[in-house]
Amino acid sequence: MALNDYIASRKQNKDLLLMTHVVCGYPSFDANLKELEIMAEAGVDFVELQFPFSEPSADGPLFVKANQIAVESGVTVEQCFEFMAKVSQRFDFKVLMMGYYNTVFKMGHEAFVDALKAAGGCGFIVPDLPLEEAGTLHEYAKSQDIAPIVLMTPTNTDERLQTIAKAADGFVYVVARRGVTGGKTEMDAEVGEFLDKCRDISPVPTGVGFGVSAKEDLDFLAKHADMGIIGTAALKAWEEGEEKALREFFGSLGLL
Amino acid sequence: MDLFDFEPGREGYYGEYGGCFLPEILTTTIEELKAAFQDIKHDPSFWQEFEQLMQSYSGRPTPVSHLANLSAKLGGAQIYVKREDLNHTGSHKINNVMGQGLLCKRLGKKRVIAETGAGQHGFATATMAARFGFDCKIYMGAVDVARQRPNVFWMENLGAEVVAVQDGQQTLKDAINECLRDWVTNMHDTHYVLGTAAGPHPFPEMVSYFQSIIGREARGQIQKVAGKLPDRVFACVGGGSNAMGLFQGFLDDQQVELIGCEAGGLGPGEGNHASRLAYKDASVGVAQGFKTYFLQNKDGNMLHTKSVAAGLDYIGVNPALVHLWERERVRFEAVTDAEVTEALKLCMKTEGLIPALESSHAFARAIEEAPKMSKDEVILINQSGRGDKDIFTVADALDDDHWKEFIKVKAEHYGAE
Repeated sequence: MALNDYIASRKQNKDLLLMTHVVCGYPSFDANLKELEIMAEAGVDFVELQFPFSEPSADGPLFVKANQIAVESGVTVEQCFEFMAKVSQRFDFKVLMMGYYNTVFKMGHEAFVDALKAAGGCGFIVPDLPLEEAGTLHEYAKSQDIAPIVLMTPTNTDERLQTIAKAADGFVYVVARRGVTGGKTEMDAEVGEFLDKCRDISPVPTGVGFGVSAKEDLDFLAKHADMGIIGTAALKAWEEGEEKALREFFGSLGLL
Repeated sequence: MDLFDFEPGREGYYGEYGGCFLPEILTTTIEELKAAFQDIKHDPSFWQEFEQLMQSYSGRPTPVSHLANLSAKLGGAQIYVKREDLNHTGSHKINNVMGQGLLCKRLGKKRVIAETGAGQHGFATATMAARFGFDCKIYMGAVDVARQRPNVFWMENLGAEVVAVQDGQQTLKDAINECLRDWVTNMHDTHYVLGTAAGPHPFPEMVSYFQSIIGREARGQIQKVAGKLPDRVFACVGGGSNAMGLFQGFLDDQQVELIGCEAGGLGPGEGNHASRLAYKDASVGVAQGFKTYFLQNKDGNMLHTKSVAAGLDYIGVNPALVHLWERERVRFEAVTDAEVTEALKLCMKTEGLIPALESSHAFARAIEEAPKMSKDEVILINQSGRGDKDIFTVADALDDDHWKEFIKVKAEHYGAE
C-alpha cells in the first residue's frame, strides 16, 4: 500500500512515471552506480535491479549477455542484496528486485522477502513465476509491505486479465508486445487499445515495458498508462559510450 | 499406477516435482496445448493413427532381441534388448516427434521449432516437418553444432534452418532457452516440439505418452521371447524420455526393478558429470519451466555438465522419474565415460550391436550387474539409439587412429579443392 502513496505523490508533477533497469554487476557494480546516478538525475521513479541468472529465458540478446557475463564473473545473490541496500540508501527512487524464480526458490520465500525488505526494496518482478504458483510468496510479501508485481500481456484473455488484476499490488507491469526484452514495439492504435483495457481492469497504476526506447514512445504511453519502463535501450546506450551516451540517451527523452 | 492422474490443483505435478513455470505471455498457448493433448489422449482413434504411422514410417514395432553371446560371456542373467535404434532416424526420438507432429496438425499450426543437443531430436524433428510440410527451425548450441556436423548436414538437407545458439554454455539448455524465446514471440503459428520428457507441463506428460509405445510393445515382447517379465530393466536418462517410455510398460509390475543410468562423465564432483540423482551434486530448483533436481550452485545458477554422450548432457531430469526415485520405484546409477566406451566395445565385438553412446550407459550398468545375477534371471536394456550414425563422436570416444588418418586425408583433399 505504501507504493500507492509514493506513486500518487510522484504523479503530481508529471504525466508519466519512469522505471529503468540495471543488471547487477554488469559490466560491474561500479558501472551500475554510475548508471544509477544518471538515472536519478533524469528523475526516474523506480529502478529494477536484475539479479543475474544463468538461464534468462524471458530476456532478449543484450540482457542475456549481461546476465551471462555477470554470472560468470561471480556475482552472487548476497552481493546483489548488498548493492540494493547501498542503492536504496543513496537514491530517492524506489528499488525493485527483478529476476527469475529459481533465485527466490533457492533462498526460500520468507528469507527472500526478508532480505529484500532489509535491503530497502519495495517489490519484485519475477516473470517466470505464474500466478498459480505464486500464492505463498505473494501472501508473505504483502504481509511485509513488499509488492509482488504481476504482468499483463497481449495474449491474455479478458478473463485472465481479471484474474491477474485481482492479484495486483503496487503497479501492474504491462508487456506491450509478444517476444522478449529489447527490440522495437510499434506504438499503434492496437497497442493503445490494449493498454487502455489493462488500465481499466487494473486496480493499481500500470507501467508499460518491452520496446520502450524513445521520446515518442513515452509521449504515447503518457496517454495510455501511468509509467513507462525502459530496459534494453538504456543498457544499449551504456554499451555504446558509457556515461556520455547514457546522458545523451536520457537527454533525447527530454529528461536531462 | 497412473502417474498422470493428477490431484486437483496439482496438475502437472509428480509428488513435489514438475509444474509449469512460464512467463504469463505463454499462458494461453499452454492452455490450448493442454486441451489439444487431452483431446487426443481420450480419442482412441488417435493412438491407432499414431501406431499406424509409426509402423509405416518408422518400422515399428521394434524387436526385443536376446543377446545370447553377451549373456554367456558374462555368465549371469539373460540379457535382452529393445531395439529402438532400428527406428527411422536411428533413435526413439522419432516416437515423440511424430506424435507431436500429428498434434501440431490438429492445432492448425504451420511452423515447428525444436532444441537439440546431440542432434538426434533436431534430425527427427526436421524429418517430421518435411513429412508434414511444416516450416522448421532447429536451435542448437554452437558447441554442439561444431561437434555434430553430420546431424546438422542432415537437418539442413531435410529443409530445416539450423540456428547455432551463441549464449551460455552453447549446449542443450541454451538451445531450450532460445526455443522459449522464439515461442514467446511466435506462439500464434508455431508449435514447440520439445524433445525430452522435461520442461513445463504438459510436456513431461505428453512426451512420456508418445514414448510409452516403447513399453507397451516391450512388455508383451519380453514375455514372449524370455517367457517371463524382466527382473531388471535398464535405460539411460538424460531428460528421461526413453526411460519413461520403457519404464511405463512395467510400472505396475512390482517385481520388475527399474534402473535409470545417468551420465557419470569423469566421476563425482561439480562440473564433472551430468548425473542429477545418482551423484549428490544436484538439488531441487525451478528452471526451464519446471521444478526438478538441477545441477546448480547455492544461488541457483546452473553448473557446467560433462559427458561423452551429448544426449545425456543436461542439467535437469524428468520430474516423474524423480518422484519414482524418491518412492524407491526407480533406482539411479551413474556410469562414467570410461565405463561407457568399454561397454560399447564389448557390445560390438560380442553381438555386432552398435548402441549410441547414450544407450551404452544402460548397457554398461547392465554388464556390471548381470554376472552377479542368476542364469534364469532376465535383464531388458533399452537400446534407445544407434551409434554408427554418430561416427565422428564415437570415433573420438574410441580414440581411433585409422579414423583420424582418414579425416586428415579428407581435410587435405578438401583443402586442395
